[in-house]
Amino acid sequence: MTKQIVEMTVNGETREVMVEPRELLIYVLREQLRLTGPHVGCETSHCGACTVEINGKSVKSCTMFAVQAQGAEITTIEGLGSPDGLHVLQESFKEHHGLQCGYCTPGMITRAHRLLQENPNPTEEEVRFGMAGNICRCTGYQNIVKSILSAAAEINSASEAAQ
Amino acid sequence: MIPPSFEYHRPTDVAGALAVLAEHGDDARVLAGGHSLIPMMKLRMADVPHLIDLQDVAALKGIDISGDQITIGAMTTQHELIASDALHAAAPIIREAALQIADPQVRYMGTIGGNVANGDPGNDMPGLMQCLDARFTLEGADGTRTVAARSFYEAAYMTDRDDEEILTHISFAAPRGGYAYEKQKRKIGDYATAACAALIERDGDKVAAASVAMTNLSDIPVFSEAAAAALVGSACDDAAVKAAVGAALEDIDPTEDNRGPVEFKMHVAGIIISRAIQRAWSRA
Repeated sequence: MTKQIVEMTVNGETREVMVEPRELLIYVLREQLRLTGPHVGCETSHCGACTVEINGKSVKSCTMFAVQAQGAEITTIEGLGSPDGLHVLQESFKEHHGLQCGYCTPGMITRAHRLLQENPNPTEEEVRFGMAGNICRCTGYQNIVKSILSAAAEINSASEAAQ
Repeated sequence: MIPPSFEYHRPTDVAGALAVLAEHGDDARVLAGGHSLIPMMKLRMADVPHLIDLQDVAALKGIDISGDQITIGAMTTQHELIASDALHAAAPIIREAALQIADPQVRYMGTIGGNVANGDPGNDMPGLMQCLDARFTLEGADGTRTVAARSFYEAAYMTDRDDEEILTHISFAAPRGGYAYEKQKRKIGDYATAACAALIERDGDKVAAASVAMTNLSDIPVFSEAAAAALVGSACDDAAVKAAVGAALEDIDPTEDNRGPVEFKMHVAGIIISRAIQRAWSRA
């Protein structure tokens, strides 16, 4: 099957890739664009390790073909922070021990980022419900929830201070 | 998991999508949110040589509420259904049910059209649409027709939709009275072990009208006329609820699977139907 060009904006940059229609977005991100933050976990739409943000939605990139992303704006964990400038959520996960093995963490943080965009001041229950599409086998979720609540409080107090 | 090769089509209107369907027949399938079809393609249980992505067909999106008539475009996502305050005001049972479907990521992509058209007995919207007595609009080469949700489903994954038709819209009258969508599932993201939609209208102390439909308890969704009949005219007391549950259980035919044996499913269904009726009555 012939390859086709897909153009998308990834972490603020226009990127072009040549793909077969059957190629899943997660593999194109990881293998062609070398964005290895989003992970392949279950590959069956359950675990959320491959979560990226596409046009303002949290999406499991194992359940989308790259051709569907033609024209889309995509943010991966690499677009949220860098080793020298961690995102508030990344700082908070580090501070509150929101990870152990770290495999689910990029998906967790990318999903949490969108959750806080839509609900800047969530309750613990809303965090748990909003994060239900991401599975972690290490932490028991307790510290993930704590990390997200703490990041929300920090973002809110920073935006109050700015006003 | 990589599916076999296919050709990707991305029309911008319904006519363009129908043209691809007409050309390739059952070698072509439309793609809505993709969260049922893509997993099946990855498992190579669905072979789709021509995939028609509907994401650019603007005419299939949106929620229209005119008077008491609600029309929802097939490509409207579960997330959009949940987020719509106008829809919540007109038909709160939709948000209640949609929040119990899958998980947040899946709800951003999964659509109401895909959910009702796929014919998967585990999907929640078909039973809900039967409860609401919704109509599905199907568009094909020969024009448009509407089919009642209550007569659309034939068997698992088999519906009244022809291979060359697209389900474009879903419409129903805004429900009156109390409502409930009750679902028992093993974990977030799972299909129902048993689920039930109930709508009840009250006249004084009596039930004036009722509608009861169930999910994943047969190979198709089940609307139970007998359950509604057992409630109408009663005070929705314990005896009436018990009679309605008994009637509803007569109408289902669950099969044993990894959610449990038939006896267990009948037990869970009885509790879920009873809760749905009681909660709908409490809100009526």
